[in-house]
Amino acid sequence: MAKTITEAQKQEKIAALHEKRDALSLLLRDAKRTHERDSLIAKIETIDEKIKKVRTGEILTRQEKRNLVAYSFIAPNFIGFAIFTLGPIIFAFVLAFMRWDGNSPMKFVGLKNFIDMIGNARFHSSFVNTIVYCIATVPLTLASALGLAVVLNQKIKGRNFFRTVGFFPYVASLVAVAAVWNMLFSPQKSGPVNMILYNLGVHAKSLPKWSADPHWVMFTIVLFSVWKNMGYYMVIYLAGLQGINAELYEAAGLDGCNSWQRFRYITWPQLQPTTFFVTIILTINCFKVYDIVYMLAGGSNGIVSSQAMVLVYHIYEEAFRNWNLGYSSAVAMVLFLMVLAITLVQFRGEKKYAN
Amino acid sequence: MKVKSTNNKISRSLLYVVLLILTAAMLVPFAWMLSASLKLDKDVFIFPIRWIPQNPRWMNYIDIWTKIPLMTFVGNTVKITLIVTFLQILTSSFAAYAFAKLKFKYKDTLFMAYIATIAVPWQVYMVPQFMMMRNFGLNDSHLAIIFLQAFSAFGVFMMRQFYQGIPDELCEAARIDGMSEYQIYSKIMLPLSKPALSTLTIFTFVNTWNDFLGPLIYLKTESKKTLQLGLKMFISQYSSEYGLIMAASVLSLIPVLIVFLSLQKYFVEGIAATGVKG
Repeated sequence: MAKTITEAQKQEKIAALHEKRDALSLLLRDAKRTHERDSLIAKIETIDEKIKKVRTGEILTRQEKRNLVAYSFIAPNFIGFAIFTLGPIIFAFVLAFMRWDGNSPMKFVGLKNFIDMIGNARFHSSFVNTIVYCIATVPLTLASALGLAVVLNQKIKGRNFFRTVGFFPYVASLVAVAAVWNMLFSPQKSGPVNMILYNLGVHAKSLPKWSADPHWVMFTIVLFSVWKNMGYYMVIYLAGLQGINAELYEAAGLDGCNSWQRFRYITWPQLQPTTFFVTIILTINCFKVYDIVYMLAGGSNGIVSSQAMVLVYHIYEEAFRNWNLGYSSAVAMVLFLMVLAITLVQFRGEKKYAN
Repeated sequence: MKVKSTNNKISRSLLYVVLLILTAAMLVPFAWMLSASLKLDKDVFIFPIRWIPQNPRWMNYIDIWTKIPLMTFVGNTVKITLIVTFLQILTSSFAAYAFAKLKFKYKDTLFMAYIATIAVPWQVYMVPQFMMMRNFGLNDSHLAIIFLQAFSAFGVFMMRQFYQGIPDELCEAARIDGMSEYQIYSKIMLPLSKPALSTLTIFTFVNTWNDFLGPLIYLKTESKKTLQLGLKMFISQYSSEYGLIMAASVLSLIPVLIVFLSLQKYFVEGIAATGVKG
């Protein structure tokens, strides 16, 4: 890059840059809005840098050097992120309008995948099941997490121990805890839970078959999900509870409020932003449910019946069992739109609670 | 006064009763797991439940290592988890420093790329991602799982949020002293961000250790499978070897239990911080 320029060329360049700079300064004098002024000032600064660059004959201006340093910080993560996350996301949007089995060339089919979806019974049940799962799991998890948090926010002995216990199912490996659940809720009469029910006087014939029973399988999944995840939301609620001003409770104590009244008129309204946030996160996580269903209802071959299958399972089976990659991406778009809708609600809510 | 204190006592004991019931509900599956792992298969379902086995069968914990290639599964999982956690910590704290403390061209655009992916769950793009990895020849390899987990937007957000809480003046002063940006990152920011790094470490560790769907899609060869996948395989193959299944489950929980108990504080703080602020 030994590009030498004569002194005259240099002066000419500098003069041209100065001219530009003067024009911008004039604009700046007239500019009224702050963001307009800011962008003009930035432009002038860039020109100043360029003038300096020409004058000193350096290859890079200071700002350019700074940019490069910053990019070197970002690059390791961003390159990985762009290739393995951003790329596939864009690909997913394209794929939803294609027909592809992974080997033969892709073919554009317009909205056909979406039309196929409407007529597909397995899509119907997976969609309905996801919604049912969500409607059952969200309020139950919310209530148990809140209850647990309120109890564990009291000054009691061994509080930290109880918190750890409440949280542990959340970090425990799903495969391992699902294995225990499958044994505890074994469909046979000899299963521990069924044995307890039997001894409590439930007739042997009417004992639930849990995950082996089409009517009980969703209930079993919901129960397990609440048990496994409530600890996580409890932690969020505990943080929310610690943010409540203690003076409010003192005032309530002076007014002679009982525990219920304190919960009803102080804790609950004060926790509203937390509850909102927990509801959002919970709903999104419910939409994404897959592995719980796979473990509890998948049996030994991993095939889930139509009473328990959820959207992500439908995506999985269409893609990796039937190799309908385009169709499965169309189903993924439905999942995306559901999550997007909830995220938009979240953004609106955040604005509301920020004020 | 007397009435009030008895009232208090009643409500306190009620509180403890509720707590004990809840704790039992949380712990019973784990206790049952531990107890069943020391029993013969035929004794597992004896009713009433005998919590402490008469003749604890420690053999279960030895047999499990020969019945399935458990050592290979553990080795694979440890390898993947360590590499992912290391890469995640390093690259996201690096990128987050630039986003929080440096001024540069296209900063907002680049950051927007990260933000735009928040609303897209992994399940939405797992299929095209798999096809891409297959194209790169990464199908059925550990590298695929590593790439899949190591560059999350979550890590960048979390670290950036933490760095923003560190005053800019600190960096300015270091710059005036003639430190380069790399020195500021390694000598000032990194030591200050220990809490955030610990949170990110434990989150990444637990997520990678417990991940199931990723390895399920990618890893087909038995010798490459992770612990979770191997455990599931074992459960499907030997579904009536209850004692062994439970012994393997207990073993798979131990590393997470250790990490969780020793870094619990950071875990809870991390959820609270990301949770409350969103």
